[in-house]
Amino acid sequence: MTSTKLAIVPAHNEAGAIAGTITEIARWAPDFDVLVVDDGSTDATAELAREAGAEVLRLPFNLGIGGAMQSGYIYASEHGYQVAVQVDGDGQHDPRHIHDLLARLEAEPGLNMVTGSRFLDPREGSFRSSAARRVGIRFFSRLLSRITGQPVTDPTSGFRMTDRRGIELFAHDYPRDYPEVEAIVLMHTLDLRSCEIPMAMKPRLTGVSTISSTRSVYYMVKVLLAVFVALLRTRPVREAQEVSPTAAGQAL
Amino acid sequence: MSLLAAIPLQRIEVLVAAILICVVIFELVRRRHLMERYALLWLLAGVALMVLALWQGLLTTVSGWVGIYYPPAALFAAGFVFVLAILLQFSIAISRLSDQNKILAQRVALLQQQLEREQTEKAQGEKAEEESSEGLAPRR
Repeated sequence: MTSTKLAIVPAHNEAGAIAGTITEIARWAPDFDVLVVDDGSTDATAELAREAGAEVLRLPFNLGIGGAMQSGYIYASEHGYQVAVQVDGDGQHDPRHIHDLLARLEAEPGLNMVTGSRFLDPREGSFRSSAARRVGIRFFSRLLSRITGQPVTDPTSGFRMTDRRGIELFAHDYPRDYPEVEAIVLMHTLDLRSCEIPMAMKPRLTGVSTISSTRSVYYMVKVLLAVFVALLRTRPVREAQEVSPTAAGQAL
Repeated sequence: MSLLAAIPLQRIEVLVAAILICVVIFELVRRRHLMERYALLWLLAGVALMVLALWQGLLTTVSGWVGIYYPPAALFAAGFVFVLAILLQFSIAISRLSDQNKILAQRVALLQQQLEREQTEKAQGEKAEEESSEGLAPRR
């Protein structure tokens, strides 16, 4: 470990884009270590990532984005990182914005998470995605804004940065299938603070999105259920700042 | 013999089925093909069937209590509830297993990464040592 800041790059069969993403992170955010979480890829994602100079966590089989990201947060927690940012391996997240997120996170003490939103700035409204997905995003945007009492314009954005407390929370408990929306509710129920900053995102370079139009309905219903359960659930007694015994041992 | 003769044929059939269920479940547990935890619900069903077969009039009485006029319908309803209970138990077990599976997969990835890093560091250390000893050799 050379840094206290970590870029977590979840990747599933992203051999076409992974090396470029890592190079871009090294170029625009050289103060961040790069960890690629290879989520059971069947192509050369892990090898290419290692050659590009990243640490690689190789999951033995596909866990989905939630399980992959949580592995990254566990790594960050056990290696004592103070800041972790998620940068998708498909090239959608432009690494030159990493420091925009960092500046916002450091500017406001007590802020635990900063998310890059594609919809906060009206000029960036040109981001293209399927109609079904846009409906879903708008629906959850309204719902989460109501729940958290603050504007949430891009609830499915994965381009987000968390502080140490967020890292420890997510290492301990991170939603599984479509984690972004639930993670916002999770932070809200634990009184952790998050905010958004406007950000342009690139269309994905290669690979296939994890959410196709046909699965959007399933996605919405499933996340809706998870959100309401999360609101009703009494959280585990273990506070987010506590670390499991093994994690504490390795962090030292 | 007079006791058996007093029992109608259907009841004997049900009794045999119930005993068979219990025997099969016991045997599966004995061979460790089935965990006690999951055997309990099945044994409960077998015993319930046995009691119903032996205790004449119980089914009719119970049906009367819950307001079912056709006693066999009560039996089907109870069977359905039992199947639902077992399915729910399976769903819970699958959820727990998949969660444990996720944790194991994550731990394997983390350990593998740590192991590989230690191996590269060790290899680099040995290489550096070799180079320094080679550097000394010409002086001798």
